[in-house]
Amino acid sequence: MARSSTITLVTRRTFAAIPSVFGVIVLTFILTRALPGDPAAYFAGPAASQEAIAQIRETLGLNRSLPEQFVIYLGELARGDLGSSLTTGQTVLSDLLTRLPASLELTLAGLFFSLTLAIPLGILAATRPGSWIDHGVRVLATAGVSLPTFFTGLLLIYVFYFLFGIAPAPLGRLDILYSPPRSVTGLYLIDSLLAGNLEIFWAALSQLFLPAVTLGLFALAPLARVTRAAMLAVLSSDFIRTARASGLSATTVLFGYAFRNALLPIVTTLGVVFSFLLGANVLVEKVFSWPGIGSYAVSALVASDYAAVQGFVLTMALLYVVLNLLIDLLYVVIDPRAGVES
Amino acid sequence: MRRRDLLKRGTAFTAGVSLTALINACGNTSDPSSSSTEGSSEGSSEGSVLTIVQGGGFPNGLDLHQVGTNRPAYGTSWAIYDRLVTFGTKTLEDESLSYDYTDIQPELAESWEVAEDGLSATFNLRQDATFHDGTPITAKDVKWSYDRAVSVGGFPTFQMKAGALESPDQFVIVDDHTFRVDFIRQDKLTLMDMAVPIPAIMNSALIEPHVTEDDPWGLEWANANPAGGGAYKLETFQPEERVVLVRNEDWKSGPLPAIERIIELNVPEAGNRRALLERGDIDMFYNVSEKDISELSATDRFTVVSTPIENCLYAVDLNTQAELSGAANPFSDVKVRQAIAYAMPYDAIVETALYGQCVPMYGAQSMEPSTIEWPQPYPYDTDPARAQALMAESGYPDGFDTTLAFDLGTQAWAEPMCVLIQEALAPIGINVTLEKVPSANFRGVLVEKSRPMIVNGFGGWLNYPDYFFFYSYHGQNATFNGSSYQNPELDKFVDAALRQEADTPEYEENVKGFLKIAFEEMPRIPIAQPYLSVAMQTNVEGYQYWFHRQLDYRPLEKV
Repeated sequence: MARSSTITLVTRRTFAAIPSVFGVIVLTFILTRALPGDPAAYFAGPAASQEAIAQIRETLGLNRSLPEQFVIYLGELARGDLGSSLTTGQTVLSDLLTRLPASLELTLAGLFFSLTLAIPLGILAATRPGSWIDHGVRVLATAGVSLPTFFTGLLLIYVFYFLFGIAPAPLGRLDILYSPPRSVTGLYLIDSLLAGNLEIFWAALSQLFLPAVTLGLFALAPLARVTRAAMLAVLSSDFIRTARASGLSATTVLFGYAFRNALLPIVTTLGVVFSFLLGANVLVEKVFSWPGIGSYAVSALVASDYAAVQGFVLTMALLYVVLNLLIDLLYVVIDPRAGVES
Repeated sequence: MRRRDLLKRGTAFTAGVSLTALINACGNTSDPSSSSTEGSSEGSSEGSVLTIVQGGGFPNGLDLHQVGTNRPAYGTSWAIYDRLVTFGTKTLEDESLSYDYTDIQPELAESWEVAEDGLSATFNLRQDATFHDGTPITAKDVKWSYDRAVSVGGFPTFQMKAGALESPDQFVIVDDHTFRVDFIRQDKLTLMDMAVPIPAIMNSALIEPHVTEDDPWGLEWANANPAGGGAYKLETFQPEERVVLVRNEDWKSGPLPAIERIIELNVPEAGNRRALLERGDIDMFYNVSEKDISELSATDRFTVVSTPIENCLYAVDLNTQAELSGAANPFSDVKVRQAIAYAMPYDAIVETALYGQCVPMYGAQSMEPSTIEWPQPYPYDTDPARAQALMAESGYPDGFDTTLAFDLGTQAWAEPMCVLIQEALAPIGINVTLEKVPSANFRGVLVEKSRPMIVNGFGGWLNYPDYFFFYSYHGQNATFNGSSYQNPELDKFVDAALRQEADTPEYEENVKGFLKIAFEEMPRIPIAQPYLSVAMQTNVEGYQYWFHRQLDYRPLEKV
């Protein structure tokens, strides 16, 4: 029963996502073309003439009508061909495949850091509302979210790399001395462990540390605040009073009953935070020379590199669809009542 | 949270506007590392490994003939490919080294003879030269590469045409190691044009299997895979991440380079590039901004070389068309243009926007050009009284409203410069609104020629004034003629000069002819000739300036 309802859920959600994804495809196509900027003029090179630009426009297929370009684009998409990026000179698909793991690893690490800090802090604040701990958490969270990530990033680099030399140089995912582990998942931390190479694991971890902290600090506020609010609401509810009155230990009440019930809003927020972290990545990636899809999308956008921008948006859309599905499934695990119908 | 909301969120985010705003925010960041601190200089790399970061982008391809290959890619191509000929080296006044455009030297061709009638040149290729895969380099490869350059269209073909290299019929295989180029006409640029990065000699046998009907020259494959025989072999090419080159031990076209391994890293954040250099984690920081180079040279801890970029000017172009979008255009009035040239706050721009890191291009004494040296200062200087008088004489004594456009990619110097100009023009009644154009759009704006005033940083490869004028003043109205200037008389001087040898009196007369018109008419107001700057650890030697504004790794060494 449970299994079949899960399958129904997955199928229904997948089908329901198709119109949204199509909508995203149409919208990105139109938006990229509506942006000011002439890619032909941009890519024609330093001394190009009008003829050279016209020639390039023809090579890129930009001289065709918009509907015609769209049909060609859809056809290529159906064949799994996302086109070639003019800014990197590679196919968009291979660019995204090499860069997505970098962004995911960074985002997940940031989220992990954020969670390990936010949940204990949120619980602490909720159990002692109004105390100095509560205020301290509020200040930390507010500071984290109000400092722009590029500023936090540069500050951390300045202090930990430039002044004290504790952190490695902000040079992307691995120090130049190492070569990446054999790719299985594309996440260096996992791949290096799979390959049993602790040295690379350590190198990748130390490169990851500062950017993940930068990103995590930014995500701290919503997670800590939601944890606090949800815990406060649950802790003041009747069943907790009953549990306490029944003489259950404080730990059992807090983690066995209260936290379990507060998890639902936390997971919802987690989903939202994850998606905006993928966006906030853009600046962190630039600052730490992180070869992710965020910095890729920015360079592509600056150059009006249509294929790359479209590929990026499509990937993000698909990622969000999958993410939402996962979160819906997670609801069912956390709270069996939150079935298909909810 | 519903999926639909999330999708909306995603789309709104990528809609572009917010992203571009983010980039601007990013570009504005002043780095907190600018206060200089004692950094331990533990060199991370051994004797023959050189680690480099550079400003102004990262190589995005290996094939310069591919549409969209950027300027940093010239540097990679320069190292992994050979040209038939190259330029010699000269020592500049400040003891730094530069290529010498008057001195053509052998590279893949060990010698050549120009025919008696001056209408062809025969090149003798090195007998023992091979590509990286071991295939001998023959005249067939040379012809294939030249045919490709003149046939692919776009910028490469355009650049070849500048040297009167236009048709595959001009390129003849005499035998395996002899190659002849037939000239369309005698042109002083032809041999020079063979030493620019475009006609790189490619391994035709390696590329040909990847040729398709849509891609008859195998651009797509060659853009991701090396097919050269140059001084360095490509070890790693990760776009936007790193490029690693290793020395080609079998290189025959010149002395074996000293550095065995070149690691070029992409560090988009300028503050981090500087931190890496100051911490001693990298050997060279190439293409440093005016601000950083003035501060780095003050620390005295690094070797700093700044070279004026040949044939390049930072200028403000005034649109000379009679009408702009249907309304009368004040800048078509020469008095207005001269008034602006006298109102420009030249010294303030040089000091504030460019940190003094440039050659001023104003303040000459006479409207008669005395030399044909190029670039040379224009006979204007800040003179508000004169500017006012000229405005009063013009058709716009009460002033007017206008805009000044600049490329956001050059924001670091262009924005302060534009703000200073805005302030300086207000007293003569010209109200200027600044228009910040995103880089992607800037080339388009230059092509449209629809803006009244625009900041133009054009520089030409081949170092002759006639070449510069052909692109930026000539009536053919090329992209970089931002003023859309049309003057048949000037065209006549430029066309004549292009066809003449540079050491003849006729040439001098023609150059002076078009310079004088430019001085009097002022369709463009040059401010300064910019510098190309590099900061290196003190053990790095052999740095040499090149017209293509990329590093030549071959003469570099660490001592």
